[in-house]
Amino acid sequence: MSDHPDLAKLIFGRLTWDAIPFHEPILLATFIAVLLGGVALLGVVTYYRLWGYLWREWFTSIDHKKIGIMYIVLGLVMLLRGFSDAIMMRLQQAISFGHSVGYLPPEHYDQIFTAHGVIMIFFVAMPLVTGIMNFVVPLQIGARDVAFPFLNNFSFWMTTSGAVLVMMSLFVGEFARTGWLAYPPLSGIAQSPDVGVDYYIWALQIAGVGTLLSGINLLATIVKMRAPGMPLMKMPIFTWTSLCTNVLIVAAFPVLTAVLALLALDRYAGTNFFTNDFGGNAMMYVNLIWIWGHPEVYILILPAFGIFSEVVSTFSRKRLFGYASMVYATVVITVLAYLVWLHHFFTMGSGASVNSFFGITTMIISIPTGAKIFNWLFTMYRGRITFEVPMLWTIGFMVTFAIGGMTGVLLAVPPADFSLHNSLFLVAHFHNVIIGGVLFGLFAGINYWFPKAFGFKLDPFWGKCSFWFWLVGFYFAFMPLYVLGLMGVTRRVSHFDDPSLQIWFQIAAFGALLIALGIASMIIQFVVSFRRRESLRDHTGDPWGGRTLEWSTSSPPPVYNFAFTPQVHDGDAWWQMKQHHYRRPLEGFLPIHMPKNTGAGIILAGISTVFGFAMIWQMWPLVVVSFLALLVVTIGHTFNYKRDYYIPADEVARVEASRTELLANHV
Amino acid sequence: MSIKALRGLLLPFVILLTGCQAVLMSPSGDVALQQRNLIVTSLLLMLIIIIPVIALTLLFAWRYRASNKNAKYDPEWNHSTMLELLIWSAPLLIIIALGALTWVSTHKLDPFRPLERLSAGRAVPADAKPLVVEVVALDWKWLFIYPEQGIATVNELAAPVDRPIQFKITASTVMNSFFIPALAGQIYAMPGMETQLHAVINKPGEFDGFSANYSGAGFSGMRFKFHGLSDGQFSQWVSQAKSDGDSLNRDVYLKLEQPSENSPVHHYATVSAGLYQAILNRCVESNRMCLNEMMTLDAKGGLGIPGAYNITSLDTATRSRLGLLGAPVNGYVGAMCSANNLDGAPFTTPTAKSQ
Amino acid sequence: MSETQALPMPHGTGSSEALRFHVPGDHHPENGTLLGFWLYLMSDCLIFACLFAVYGVLGRSYAAGPSGADLFELPLVAINTSLLLLSSITYGFAVLEMQRNRQRATLIWLGITGLLGAGFIGLELHEFAHLIEIGAGPHRSAFLSSFFTLVGTHGLHVTFGIVWLITLMVQVSQKGLILENKRRLMCLSMFWHFLDVVWIGVFSFVYLMGVLP
Repeated sequence: MSDHPDLAKLIFGRLTWDAIPFHEPILLATFIAVLLGGVALLGVVTYYRLWGYLWREWFTSIDHKKIGIMYIVLGLVMLLRGFSDAIMMRLQQAISFGHSVGYLPPEHYDQIFTAHGVIMIFFVAMPLVTGIMNFVVPLQIGARDVAFPFLNNFSFWMTTSGAVLVMMSLFVGEFARTGWLAYPPLSGIAQSPDVGVDYYIWALQIAGVGTLLSGINLLATIVKMRAPGMPLMKMPIFTWTSLCTNVLIVAAFPVLTAVLALLALDRYAGTNFFTNDFGGNAMMYVNLIWIWGHPEVYILILPAFGIFSEVVSTFSRKRLFGYASMVYATVVITVLAYLVWLHHFFTMGSGASVNSFFGITTMIISIPTGAKIFNWLFTMYRGRITFEVPMLWTIGFMVTFAIGGMTGVLLAVPPADFSLHNSLFLVAHFHNVIIGGVLFGLFAGINYWFPKAFGFKLDPFWGKCSFWFWLVGFYFAFMPLYVLGLMGVTRRVSHFDDPSLQIWFQIAAFGALLIALGIASMIIQFVVSFRRRESLRDHTGDPWGGRTLEWSTSSPPPVYNFAFTPQVHDGDAWWQMKQHHYRRPLEGFLPIHMPKNTGAGIILAGISTVFGFAMIWQMWPLVVVSFLALLVVTIGHTFNYKRDYYIPADEVARVEASRTELLANHV
Repeated sequence: MSIKALRGLLLPFVILLTGCQAVLMSPSGDVALQQRNLIVTSLLLMLIIIIPVIALTLLFAWRYRASNKNAKYDPEWNHSTMLELLIWSAPLLIIIALGALTWVSTHKLDPFRPLERLSAGRAVPADAKPLVVEVVALDWKWLFIYPEQGIATVNELAAPVDRPIQFKITASTVMNSFFIPALAGQIYAMPGMETQLHAVINKPGEFDGFSANYSGAGFSGMRFKFHGLSDGQFSQWVSQAKSDGDSLNRDVYLKLEQPSENSPVHHYATVSAGLYQAILNRCVESNRMCLNEMMTLDAKGGLGIPGAYNITSLDTATRSRLGLLGAPVNGYVGAMCSANNLDGAPFTTPTAKSQ
Repeated sequence: MSETQALPMPHGTGSSEALRFHVPGDHHPENGTLLGFWLYLMSDCLIFACLFAVYGVLGRSYAAGPSGADLFELPLVAINTSLLLLSSITYGFAVLEMQRNRQRATLIWLGITGLLGAGFIGLELHEFAHLIEIGAGPHRSAFLSSFFTLVGTHGLHVTFGIVWLITLMVQVSQKGLILENKRRLMCLSMFWHFLDVVWIGVFSFVYLMGVLP
């Protein structure tokens, strides 16, 4: 490279060998571990000749069930990365006192807390939520797939592409050192000239395309593809919360796209949107990003509320209490989500009236949320509760979330927020609602719908271990942070002088260790369940005594979900069918019209990754080439008119007959 | 319920937290104290609903367990107008109470609003003039300018007990948050803008102050001590700064502004006139247009197409004199010469509020 | 479809045969393409809303540089606006011909639409080049940053619209006015008219309000 420095600079842009962290032992070890793991994984796949299978059956699949599962796998893998960041932070803060500076220098620590936030929100919570919605919604509304099956595959791979870029930043260059929302001027080119913020911008922009398209897709699916007889007010409650979540996605993510584009222009083109000079205004960034950011919180929690509603009603063996009030509460939350963004920066000097307005709108959200909690309570009332793993997560949620909600309302009181803003109290609060609400909900959902997806239940013993480790670990990890917040300790600090704080950080680190055991138990749960799959097998398709349509088909469902489109009469459609001793039709099958698999999604997302990487490192020739490639492949894809096929009627008959036989053998 | 009764209820918590120096629960300034009381009252209000919810959750989960065949089972029971009314109105009532409390307290404790009392039952004397402190968040240290005393300090702040303090707060490059938990809540420090904080310290002592908003590599070390002093001690502190400090002028500031971490305490005996206004208006460099002048010009429609070329920077000679050759060169809008400002020196009339 | 609002919950099997729980024939849900595309347009509209809001905040921050009144040439912008409005009308003609299944006429109107769009882009590029030449580029002030971004984003959309239009012209001439192509033409139609509406906002909010006192 050194022979032609200009040529190298043109081709490689800012990328040089210095970008590879050979001198950072922690990173190097991680890199080698990931590399070895990756090689081992690729080796296994190659050895068992799985490439063709993976490509045909998964990567190019436009089946919403498989895409949903791939989203969840992505979310769980990224959870491991996000959690290792968390445990590194806990360790650093537990030892970095007085003369000890800990093991992470600030420039490393600052990347870790930024990456932790970004990964947990965008690449753990979002894929898990989207994955569950993708898997469940079409089944719940009696549809055969989503409205735009190809876009669904494309969305997944775009999300993955963003995740890949974030992972790359670990080993090539660095990630942002700005906090997860990258406020300018700190994230501007003057204060952050390195590639970190560019990794942040392009990872989120590329993943954002996927999120937006999947939002549009699910909205169109829910609006257009419900089974006959299912008006909005007979939709399963999880579908309702998905509908509201996708409305929020479509109406919030464009704002993120716009604001990140403006930040990118400031960094790349020298514009002055958020700079200090030439009339720029950094407060505008803060406003815009929270206009996206607050609805984002509800994008995550609403589907979790939906999951809890399904779980609580199924395991109480009882109709959901106050369905209509549940729906109204969801809609009210959806609307109010846009009226509260300013509560994230009361301390930015707005007037008292503005601050109180946003404080009070924030509190108002707690009314429908409270109504929801009461509805779950009264669903349990006069029920027959079985404490299967999903129900445990739900009860754990109800207790934990009540506490998190309370501290949230406290933070909505502006003068209280002046003291608690940016403190560890705040950190404890949002972990309290995101772990206690979103994550518990997703784990409940995974345990609940796993048998539907794979045909066997998850092992309950390890599931319970996981639950108790998580629950107890959560309280150990975050209650000390509430206390530390009241002691005036703020977030994102990598070193402390006051020795009296240390014990609390040590307790929190112990809590994080318990959570690590919770995650380990979950992994063991997957392995054990897979090995014991024959004894955990679900032959009926309805292992929990479910109430909604997804339990009416086999586990796992056939490609076409339903041999005949269901006719719905009641909110708890499957429950009613069972009460009427519904019998599956055994003949009269027709050919079923289905979309064909395509590799266009993964190819486009792959090129997008290259494009993002080239933009980050300013490799302009590669930027041009990859952009043109994107254009050509997209246009080429539109020339493919043969996107569907028919499953022949006798094929359907064969699949249905084998299910009939299975059901007869396991009465 | 009176605050006293509430405090009695919370006594175990308060003891636990004061035992480990929970500064927010036992502050030393009246504003922070009122914020503490607000936190406690709000929490108690919410516990009225949170405690029953948690208790009922556990109770129902236990009572209606599948193995308890004595409990009533009613699989179709899913609606009760009375209950629905109750579950919507109970949180509503709490939120109405809390909302009213919020509206009143937010206005009363608005950081821009001058103090009305020194502590419970003690009004601010009519003739009391607040101590003005101009605060600048730099990378990564705090500069405090005392216009009345004519001194400045880095990473050290002091104020006499029971005298209202008016902080005027800005920053040099990035956002920080000015926070002394024992004294009052925080407020952001932002470049080109001024925020304010009114507070009073009621007890003598040494308190922690720091930036509460992450601002880059040196953020963790951006801490200072705040000394609550008696009047006599305060005068002594001022005269000591006057005797052991050097002088802070524009050139010294331009050097001081450069990033540094874990900076030691430093005193300045004199401060050049109008320095804070120049910092706030981002025109410490002599050839740079001040923001307030720029805004005045913009309100009149800018300077036309010729104005497009009015961009300059600090010349090499000046940068070399100030020892800033290693620092990045920033372009900015050049200062204008006018009849009352022939050499283009910065404009120094006071500005309005922030933004 | 049966109206079963007041369905009694049977505990025996009495009325079970009365209810049908599946659709025995072939069931095709409605096509969601136009709805989905409309949703996409609304999300795009939000991006423009952000850019308009940003322009609203920064549009008077000239940083002691030139203002809109100094820079905008209304006659040029008026020509530009009429080109774009005209292209919307010609696209309308293309759709009318499409509905009559007249492939050649459809293609001709599409071609005219594309040319008008290209003329619009050409004039816009000319304006941008001129501004940058006289030192009023996007870096000069927040006003110019937001101006270039808002107008440029619209221009980028029109450019992609033209690329899409050409693609569709090729597809129509290859496959004819089949159902898929008609659906695509309707989507592009929504897109093209949407850009027209946005431009009317840009013209009034940026140019007229910038120049008129």
